[in-house]
Amino acid sequence: MINKEPVISNDMFAPAHIDPSKSEKIAKPSLNFWQDSWLRVRKNKGAVISLVVIVILLILSFVGPLITPYKFDTQNTDNHDLPPRIQGLEHIHWLPFDGALTRKDGTSYNAYEARHVKQYYWFGTDELGRDIFARLWKGTQVSLFIAFMAALVDMLIGVTYGAVSGYIGGRTDSIMQRILEVIVGIPNLVVAVLMILVLKPGIVPIIIAITFTSWTSMARVVRAQVLKFKNQEFVLAARTLGASNSSIIFKHMIPNMFGVIIINTMFSIPNAIFFEAFLSFIGLGLQEPKASLGTLVNEGYKQMLAFPYQMIIPSIMIALIMICFNLVADGLRDALDPKMRD
Amino acid sequence: MVKYLFQRVLYMIITLFIVVSVTFFLMKLIPGTPFNNWEKLSDTQRHILLVKYGFDQPVPVQYVHYMVNMLKGDLGVSFQFNNTPVTELLAQRVGPSAVLGAQALIVGALLGIVLGVIAALKQNTWVDYGATFIAVIGKSIPNFVFAGLLQFYIAVKLGWLPVMFWNGPTYTILPTIALAMFPISIAARFMRTEMVEVLGSDYITLAKAKGASYWEISIKHALRNALIPVITVMGPLAVSLMTGSLVIEDIFGIPGIGDQFVKSIMTNDYPVIMGTSILFAALFVFIILVVDILYGIIDPRIRISGGKAK
Repeated sequence: MINKEPVISNDMFAPAHIDPSKSEKIAKPSLNFWQDSWLRVRKNKGAVISLVVIVILLILSFVGPLITPYKFDTQNTDNHDLPPRIQGLEHIHWLPFDGALTRKDGTSYNAYEARHVKQYYWFGTDELGRDIFARLWKGTQVSLFIAFMAALVDMLIGVTYGAVSGYIGGRTDSIMQRILEVIVGIPNLVVAVLMILVLKPGIVPIIIAITFTSWTSMARVVRAQVLKFKNQEFVLAARTLGASNSSIIFKHMIPNMFGVIIINTMFSIPNAIFFEAFLSFIGLGLQEPKASLGTLVNEGYKQMLAFPYQMIIPSIMIALIMICFNLVADGLRDALDPKMRD
Repeated sequence: MVKYLFQRVLYMIITLFIVVSVTFFLMKLIPGTPFNNWEKLSDTQRHILLVKYGFDQPVPVQYVHYMVNMLKGDLGVSFQFNNTPVTELLAQRVGPSAVLGAQALIVGALLGIVLGVIAALKQNTWVDYGATFIAVIGKSIPNFVFAGLLQFYIAVKLGWLPVMFWNGPTYTILPTIALAMFPISIAARFMRTEMVEVLGSDYITLAKAKGASYWEISIKHALRNALIPVITVMGPLAVSLMTGSLVIEDIFGIPGIGDQFVKSIMTNDYPVIMGTSILFAALFVFIILVVDILYGIIDPRIRISGGKAK
């Protein structure tokens, strides 16, 4: 192979024009923390879709019980255990909305025709004839409420504990950390179960039982952040200007760690949903006629053999919610965590 | 190291002491009675029962009594199972739980690692996305929901495997899968991250430059180095399996400790609830300790003083 010498003549070059007034020009638009984070989150399609799904489910959990003529706790024992049937969709045979039930020998029949039921139950009815569609949305509403409340309480306790422990430091920090270590060492499910046994099942006891052990990770993260910020110049500046300790913590430090706090809260929401469902599933959840996703799965599970739709519908819902929250939390972590910045 | 170990064991004992005390007093606060037909009994009969189980004494005395007995290895007797000692009751049930837990951990870790490695080697292809999808599903869906669906589709509909109970190896397959989903997804995600990082490092480039084959690079250079940090997540996973087994054992009717715990809760069988809680707490604390020590041994970069127990 012959290497050709490329001919480079002087007239191919021109002096670059330097405009001193533009050397300091900021080419990228200046974005604050939230705008910047939103740009990053937006790139993650899974997270955005999940966020949309969560918003839709949240709205439906309030609207859903209103758009069906049946109430979530009204029993109609004549119409018990009816399979799903939806107007219009019932004629599309591969969709499971035709009101058909399968007998033990594998043959199927239309339960609505066999029992002369005129109504349409979109997601069927349970063993007491309550509309599963209404119960499902009511349950979603309750489960999400418990999860959000638990996450909020986690955040409040965790941030306060972590900030105090890290900021005061010294012996106080050391004692608070030892207490934390002991709490982390307690198996959370066992404690939650015992708490519910004492407090009697209900929404507030469930929230207390969930938050009893789950605030610790938030406290640790916040403490680490406070330790990091404590000796930085902006804190020194605030102190020089005479800011009080609480204003340094809450006005100067906490806003700087919004990212990690949000990430942690987002992960504690699916965690709380799981906990609530778990407690309900072993019979320590909400009592009848109230519904949560956990109690619905539990009720459906008992009827699994004869009426599988009663278990499958709430199972799909709980899976969908958990997947969406996990994806959003992952997306937020990737977007907000300074270590992941490109 | 010795000082650290001593300190950790001390915390372990304090934690256990607190768990036992809290459990004891919580049990005393629970409304309701563990005895059957309590309403139908006469006052004398009730008194005889209370004296028999020591419930006529003041709570602090009962507490001291319980603590002393516990140190001797006596956790009291069950109210529901013909006064069987709690330790005996639990001892019978350790076997199935241990088998199930070990199987789920091994299956979960192996499958997770394989999935993570494949995802990292085929980074940003549909294989990678598929593996990530499986990981998200496994992490998200509660194991009891998954167990219910497995039972329905695999066991009832298809009839491939037994629906429930514990009568041989085939009976262990479904509960193992249900329980292993979480370890699989965690191990896969962790493995993928580590593997991607290792594959981008200089010594892999060097190995490529030397002309090492694809498989040699993947297995000998990348996998071995990526495996080290993954070992550290095994401890938290073992802990999560313990709690997961509570409800999985209940669903599949496996005669393990978790099943016993759930049943005792339903029947107000206080001594068994307490005994099981203590056993769980002890195992939990012990696993955390072992994991923390392993961290230091496996990866010297993680200094014990700074190593976070997670």
